[in-house]
Amino acid sequence: MSILKEQDVVPFRNRVKEYAVKTGMGIVNQTKLITAASELVRNMLLYAKGGIALIEVVSRGRENGIRLTFADKGPGIADIKLALKDGYSSGKSLGLGLPGAKRLVSEFDIQSQVGKGTTVTIIKWKNG
Amino acid sequence: MKNESIKVFQRKKKNILELWMTNQLADQGLREDLMSNEDLRAQSEELVSAFIDTLDDVTINDGRATAFEKVLDILSGISISRAKQGYSPRETGIFVLSLKDALQQVLRDEIKDVAVLYDQSQKISKIIDSFSIETFETFIKGREEVILRQTDEISEISTPVIRVWDNIVALPIIGTLDSARTQVVMESLLQEIVETGSNIAILDISGVPTVDSLVAQHLIKTVSATRLMGAECIISGIRPEIAQTVVHLGIDLTNIITKSTLASALKAAFAMQQLEVVKRQRQNNMVVNN
Ligand SMILES: Nc1ncnc2c1ncn2[C@@H]1O[C@H](COP(=O)(O)OP(=O)(O)O)[C@@H](O)[C@H]1O
Ligand SMILES: [Mg+2]
Repeated sequence: MSILKEQDVVPFRNRVKEYAVKTGMGIVNQTKLITAASELVRNMLLYAKGGIALIEVVSRGRENGIRLTFADKGPGIADIKLALKDGYSSGKSLGLGLPGAKRLVSEFDIQSQVGKGTTVTIIKWKNG
Repeated sequence: MKNESIKVFQRKKKNILELWMTNQLADQGLREDLMSNEDLRAQSEELVSAFIDTLDDVTINDGRATAFEKVLDILSGISISRAKQGYSPRETGIFVLSLKDALQQVLRDEIKDVAVLYDQSQKISKIIDSFSIETFETFIKGREEVILRQTDEISEISTPVIRVWDNIVALPIIGTLDSARTQVVMESLLQEIVETGSNIAILDISGVPTVDSLVAQHLIKTVSATRLMGAECIISGIRPEIAQTVVHLGIDLTNIITKSTLASALKAAFAMQQLEVVKRQRQNNMVVNN
């Protein structure tokens, strides 16, 4: 799904919710996943003027989960460690998006190259 | 040498209009409920005249020529007004495309040389196609305007401030609290606080599906603004899954009075006002009169 404007946020979150419900994820994990997704999609809009968000159902052994990939061609992040620090923001927001999203999901991966873009991948296991 | 079709069109202007009208009226989807035939005729005539007057040896090869500005203006006007009146894209499309049929019909009757007919017909077809693309673009724009207006209206009706008690106002928020929405919420809340002289505001977020850091920041801002007005703000309707998520996100709401339900927020508000709600004792009917 391509995310280009603020109006794309709500439909995207609804899609994530549909998938989460389909895998039988409980309401708490659903909410955590959707909130993390909301943070990452907003970052993509705000700092990279949009990008692509991908929703997949994944499984490992008996465990099912949802993997979300957020890929943008924005300015990239020079210091990932700093960006992941609680309260760090290059703007005027709370600086909790990246570190918060990381805490809300089971697996979190971020790749970024200055001038090339950023890709964040998260997985939330159904019982994770 | 003037293009053959231009001469034909200038001569046959009346015929074209008649044919076009017949084509339009023949369409089963025609909306007489939305527009009278007279209005349709007036619109069509204006467009045919403007089109034929603009046609010359240059413009006939380029539907996007600036000379067609007047034609496109008329078309846009028609298209936008149709979008707002609730016409379907099909109905609006037929309006333009049936003009093509009319023009080609006239050409077929008037031009005997097949090669010339083919060439002219091709040119006309291209121009009308480019007009119809233009029409669709403006049609969509018209629809988007409708949507934007509705969005504005919704954001207004969805922020009702309720006077629940003397000096206590409540505002249930339903849906997503984006930046624009926050602005509306904050304005109507502060306004109501001033008007009623209230000193407690309850912000109920049971209808907010997702509380991410942006929404949280908006909530914190609203609480601070309320406090600046000298009133206290309670946030209620925090569902258990929202509470857990907010904690994991790392959002600090310890400086804000939060309650899980509107009822408990109201109770807290009463306590702050030194009010007490008590069940009335069953009254004794017997009045002892000494
Ligand atoms: N997709 C992205 N592209 C470029 N920079 C980003 C991206 N996502 C996050 N950042 C940078 O990382 C910082 C921290 O992000 P985040 O934790 O979400 O906090 P906030 O959005 O409140 O600033 C941002 O301020 C921004 O500078
Ligand atoms: Mg962020």
